[in-house]
Amino acid sequence: MSGTVRATLERASPARIARRPTRPQLIKAAVTAALLLFAFFALPELLSLYYVDTMTQVAVYSMVTVALGLLVGRVGLFSLGQAAVLAIGAWAAARLLFATTQPYPLVLLEAGLITMLAGLLIGLPALRLRGLYLALITLMLAGGITVVLATVNFPNGGHGFLGYNGSLLHIPPIRRPSIAASDPAYFRYSMVVAILMFALVLAHIKTRPGRAWAAIRQSEPAALAAGINIWFYKLWAFALASFITGVAGGVLAGAIHYLYSINFPTQDSITLLAVTLMGGVFSLWGAVIAGFLSQFLPALLNNWGVSADWLIILFGLGVLQVLTTAPAGLADQVPKDLARLGRFLGRRLRRRPGGDAE
Amino acid sequence: MIEVDGLTVRYGGVTSLDAMSLTFEQGTCGLIGPNGAGKTTFFNVLSGFVRPAAGTVRAFGADLLSMAHYRRARWGVRRTFQTEQAIEELSVFDNVAMVHEHSRLGGASRRGDVLDAITFTGLDVAPEAPVRTLGAGQRRLVEVARAVVGRPRLVLLDEPAAGLPDEETSHLAEVIRRIPEHTGALAILVDHDMSLVSACCATTAVLDFGKLIASGPTAAVLRDDAVIRAYLGVA
Repeated sequence: MSGTVRATLERASPARIARRPTRPQLIKAAVTAALLLFAFFALPELLSLYYVDTMTQVAVYSMVTVALGLLVGRVGLFSLGQAAVLAIGAWAAARLLFATTQPYPLVLLEAGLITMLAGLLIGLPALRLRGLYLALITLMLAGGITVVLATVNFPNGGHGFLGYNGSLLHIPPIRRPSIAASDPAYFRYSMVVAILMFALVLAHIKTRPGRAWAAIRQSEPAALAAGINIWFYKLWAFALASFITGVAGGVLAGAIHYLYSINFPTQDSITLLAVTLMGGVFSLWGAVIAGFLSQFLPALLNNWGVSADWLIILFGLGVLQVLTTAPAGLADQVPKDLARLGRFLGRRLRRRPGGDAE
Repeated sequence: MIEVDGLTVRYGGVTSLDAMSLTFEQGTCGLIGPNGAGKTTFFNVLSGFVRPAAGTVRAFGADLLSMAHYRRARWGVRRTFQTEQAIEELSVFDNVAMVHEHSRLGGASRRGDVLDAITFTGLDVAPEAPVRTLGAGQRRLVEVARAVVGRPRLVLLDEPAAGLPDEETSHLAEVIRRIPEHTGALAILVDHDMSLVSACCATTAVLDFGKLIASGPTAAVLRDDAVIRAYLGVA
C-alpha cells in the first residue's frame, strides 16, 4: 500500500506532469502548421478566383461549424438555428460598416458581441430545455429571424436604424479592410480570423469551462456534485458559439459585398448540423472538414454543371453513415482508415514474391 | 457534526424518508439498510438533487438545505455515486482539478492539491492518463480523489465498492478510513458490504423503509435484532 503511494508520488512529481508534448502531438502540430502555411501562402496563388472565393466561404463556415461543434460535441446542446445566428452577425456587421468608418477588426468584434447578446436572449429561456426540444425551439427561432430579416432587409447603404433603402439605384458594396481589398488578400484575412476563433475555442476546451462542459455532457448530477453551475456554463457555451458565429457573419459580409435574406434560408441550419456531425464534433479538424463539405462541395458541383441539390441526399446518407459507424465523424475516421490502408498495403508489399523487403 | 431533524421526502404517494432524525458526530459513519430504504435519497437531499417535504439539516452550524445545489460543493459537500461518474473525456488530473476550481480554494495551490488528492487515494496511474483508459477500481479511486480535494467538510460515499473485487475493496477501505484525518471532513459511507462498513465506520445508522431503526457503535448495531430482521426479512 505505502509502496503504491510512494510510487505514485514519484510518478506524480510536478516535472512529470509539466505537460511535455509527446511525439504524436509534435507531429500533429507540425502537420497543422504546414497545412496552414500552405493554405495561407500558396493556395491563393494556385487557385482561380472562383475557388479563392470558395475558400473564403470555407473559412467563414468553418467558424460557424466550430461553434456548432462546440455546442453539440462538448456540451451536448443541439441548436438548429445557427444560420439565423450567422445572419444576425452579418446584419450587425453590415450596419456598422455602412454607418461608421471603424477599422474592420473592431467591427468584427462588435458584430460578435452584438450577436452574443442576441444569442444570450435566445439562450436564457431556451436553455431550460434540452435535446429535441432545444433543437426544435432554436429551429423555430431561426425561422422567425428569417421572416424578420426578409421584412427589414439587410443594410444597403440607406439611412435610419435599419439602413435599408428599397429605392436605391446604385447599391454600394459592403466594404472590406483596406489591407484585404482583393479576393486573395481577403481569403488570407478571413483565414487569420478563423484561426483566432479556433484558438479561442481551444483555449476554452483546455481549461476550466472545457472541464465543466465535459462533466455536464457526461453526467449533470456529477457536474452538480462538483459544484458546477450547469445553467451558467451552458449559457457560456451558447454565448461563445454566438460570438464566434457573429464574427463569421462579419467576415461573410465583406466576402460577398451584398447581403440578402435569401442567403440565409432556415434549412441551412439543418444542413449545418448535418455537416458538423459528418466532419466530427470532437475535433477542431472536424469543423474544417464541415466547412469544406458545406461550401467547397457545392462550388465544385456547380463548376461541373451538376446541381448542388444532390448534396442534400449525400449529406443525408453521410449523417446516417456517421451516426451508425463513426460517431466521432470524418476527422476521426479518415486518419484511422488511412492508417489501416497503410498497414494493409505495407503487408501486401512485403508479402509479394520477389519483393526485396525481407 | 451533521444534525438531521425530522427529514421527510415523498415521491408522490411513496415516503422515501420518514421523519429521519439523526446526528453524525465525526469520523466515518456508516449508513446501511436494505434496497429502497432511503439511503441514496438521503444523499440526494444533502447534495441538493431532491427537495425534502419537511425537516432541517444543520451541517457544522450551516443550514445546508437553504444553499443552492451547486454552491454546496463550494461550501464543502462532496459525493461519489452508486454508478461511478468519473468523466471519461478528461484526464485523472482534470477530473480532480474540476472539483478544486469550484471549491473555496484559489488557483495557486491547485496543482499541488490535486496531485495530493490523487496520491492520497493510492491511484497508481499517471495523472495525465485519460479516465476512459482506466479500470473500474481505478475510476472509483478517481471519484474518491474528487471527493477529498479542495477542503471538503462532508464526504458522501454511495456504495463506492459496488462491483469491485476483494483486493480492491480492501484498498478502498484503507483509503476511506483515512479520509477524516486527512481532510478533517465527516464522511458518511453507504454500502451493502458489511465487512467494508465494519472496517471503516466506528458508528453506523440503519434505515428501513425510510425510517431510522438503529444507530450507534457499528458492532452493536450489526448485532441488533431489528437490523437483522430488516435485512433477512425474519418476522
